[in-house]
Amino acid sequence: MYLEHDGEELLNVSLEIMGKARELSDTLRTELTGVLLGSGIEHLTRISTEFGANKVLVVDSPILDHYSTYAHTKAMAELVRARKPEILLIGATHDGRDLAGRLAVRLKTGLTADVMRLEIDDSGLLVAGVPGFGGGILAMVKCEASRPQMSTVRPGVFAPLEPDRSRMGTVEAVEVDVSEQDVKREILERVVEERVDITRAEHLVVGGLGTGGDLTLIRNLAQLMGGEVGVTRPLADEGYVSRDHQIGTTGYSVRPKVLIVAGASGAMTFTSGIDDSEVIVAINTDREAPIFDHADYCVVDDLFKVLPPLIKEVRGLRE
Amino acid sequence: MKDGLKIVVCAKVVPKPEEVKVDPETMTIVRTEVENELNPACKHALEMGLQLKDKHGGEVILLSMGPPLFEGFLKMGIAMGADDAVLLSDRAFAGADTYATSYALAEAVVKIGDVDLILCGEETSDSSTGQVPPGVAEWLDVPQITYVSQLEIGEDGRLRGKRSITGGHEVIAVHMPAVVSVEIGVNSPRFPDFRRKRWAEREFELKVWDIGELGVGPEMVGLPGSHTSVDRLIEAKSPERLREFVEGTPEEKAKKVYEIIKPYLQS
Repeated sequence: MYLEHDGEELLNVSLEIMGKARELSDTLRTELTGVLLGSGIEHLTRISTEFGANKVLVVDSPILDHYSTYAHTKAMAELVRARKPEILLIGATHDGRDLAGRLAVRLKTGLTADVMRLEIDDSGLLVAGVPGFGGGILAMVKCEASRPQMSTVRPGVFAPLEPDRSRMGTVEAVEVDVSEQDVKREILERVVEERVDITRAEHLVVGGLGTGGDLTLIRNLAQLMGGEVGVTRPLADEGYVSRDHQIGTTGYSVRPKVLIVAGASGAMTFTSGIDDSEVIVAINTDREAPIFDHADYCVVDDLFKVLPPLIKEVRGLRE
Repeated sequence: MKDGLKIVVCAKVVPKPEEVKVDPETMTIVRTEVENELNPACKHALEMGLQLKDKHGGEVILLSMGPPLFEGFLKMGIAMGADDAVLLSDRAFAGADTYATSYALAEAVVKIGDVDLILCGEETSDSSTGQVPPGVAEWLDVPQITYVSQLEIGEDGRLRGKRSITGGHEVIAVHMPAVVSVEIGVNSPRFPDFRRKRWAEREFELKVWDIGELGVGPEMVGLPGSHTSVDRLIEAKSPERLREFVEGTPEEKAKKVYEIIKPYLQS
């Protein structure tokens, strides 16, 4: 599997996939190899083995410092051709999808996108559950004849293993044939703000279109609960918050202990992202709204009337 | 340098997500009487192409692969301002995965010829893979910029795209020709022009290419050209919830919700 990182840490999606990939490797009685591409990334090998990899291949080169389509595709293609893995998993982040879509064509193999389920069938083939038509259906897809069987995996779907310091693996430094000429793009500007990770939040307060884009109450409550803010797709499309907050088929899947969702009608594209929550409280003015089919506690009311007293109660607890 | 930009916009017609039903007996998708639309992200790509044409001159050509029923939707794109449209339509294209689809589209771009820029939507609403744009770029061996919200041609003639990445964005410059995938919601697609619409519906004839005209072998496209196959469809069932309604005044409801969530906040 491809271990995506930001130079400092592995992305959570990499840890999640490693948990699942460990299980698949055990079923197939084979090794799990993680690939780290980057510059000055030796420190990430230890954590990779602690979270489940038997082997870590490290390609350390200044050329691979930031992701570039050409150089990363070239490096991965070379490694795959040399090592011939049965399965190659990549996180379905923007860079991960940018890489996977290109790599699959170069390797002349099949790729499934944004998968939410991974299984091994009786003949040892990977079967990947691909969400379709807004998340209501999973197409179980196979790649029978070509190798590796490639999938990008949706962030937030699988749970990482507990890190185990006694878990040992081998680390191998590898050189690949990439040079400055392979980068073929110039970064003119790069801004990465402190990353919000809603997939790890224990408490989430989520706003939908019913908020009209006014997330003040949502933010207040989330902050008092020590949680994060989530939104449905339209609010992220309109730019009220960054895509890091977006829940659903084109955003993240979340698994908090408590999720309070206000002003969302409950489109399947959204609810498929909250199904793993422990307790869901929904607030909506329409008693018939589909969101209530996905809620444990249903509040038929105006969110602007219910949230202020709720904020007051939670504030009382904090003080 | 030639006059203006030659831009190809890839577009797909998709069923409206809320209209799709699954037959619970056969677990197949019921496609009859489903209302279709031009994929939303593709409309944003078209708008971006039209804006570049407005600024730099040139032409915008729509490119799609699918059954003849797509024609009406492509004509809508013509009414919005596209200059021409090509539909790859042949039974042999059916059943294509993203590998075979990106191959056919790339071959069409080659046949159209002399293309500077290929714009696609970031993903389609029916399958959401986002894999076709990088695939097309690889077949053509040209650079790609995915998940783009802003696009311009720099003074040095390179393409500059602002793309979103985990936790932020980057602006990167690449040489053209290039493939760009456009994020949903980055612009407001213009309305079809009334006169152009009438002209598109009555007189405009789009190009329909079968595999012979495209010059590709049947083994490279459609199901035979694909690497993945759907084993079965399953319904992604949501877990059962309590669905307990909380009644009272807003204050009483807030109080009750608070009591429900309190144990989780203290743990």
